[in-house]
Amino acid sequence: MPYYETVFIARQDLTETQVKDMTENFSKIITDAKGKVHKTEFWGLKSFAYRINKARKGHYVLVELETEPAALHEMERQMRLHEDVVRFLTIRLEELTEGPSVMMDKGDKDDRKDRNRKDKKEAA
Amino acid sequence: MSAADAPTVKRPFFRRKKTCPFTGPNAPEIDWKNTRLLGRYISERGKIIPSRITAVSQKKQRELAKAIKRARYMGLLPYVQHDTDQGQSRGRR
Repeated sequence: MPYYETVFIARQDLTETQVKDMTENFSKIITDAKGKVHKTEFWGLKSFAYRINKARKGHYVLVELETEPAALHEMERQMRLHEDVVRFLTIRLEELTEGPSVMMDKGDKDDRKDRNRKDKKEAA
Repeated sequence: MSAADAPTVKRPFFRRKKTCPFTGPNAPEIDWKNTRLLGRYISERGKIIPSRITAVSQKKQRELAKAIKRARYMGLLPYVQHDTDQGQSRGRR
């Protein structure tokens, strides 16, 4: 089964538990179709670079999936219908990523130097 | 004759050959989620900087452009950035 990563943005006025519930509901669609959810990341409330639907912020959630396309399409359909989903993006991955994504370890290293750093992966 | 000794002539403007920042052993991976990396390849206005300036290889530039566009769609990077955009009167004039 192919791998996918889906990031969706939930409306900013939701609470964190609501966002978690939503994510669980979406994950359930995948697991019910015998797919697997390999990773779930809550990036938290982030500001947008521009206004989306008059909102300035949103909750970002990333899920990494291994599923048949049919289940993924169903999940996307649900997202489209869901009023609290501002936007979502699904990308097919060649392989699963290891460890947390770059969004999770922001702000603690000087990235101008990362080209010369051999320990980049460990430091991250 | 002149063609043969041309390389030995000291040129006043020596331009170091730039190499692609995404090629080589410790090159960073292009990921649309890595906004800090992508942010280096967009101008102040928010436009993608041409590869002739950043020396990104053609293949990687295509990858980079795609990543920037994805990040834009998800609200991580701006489509346009205004120099006077401090939240004051906009859309007037």
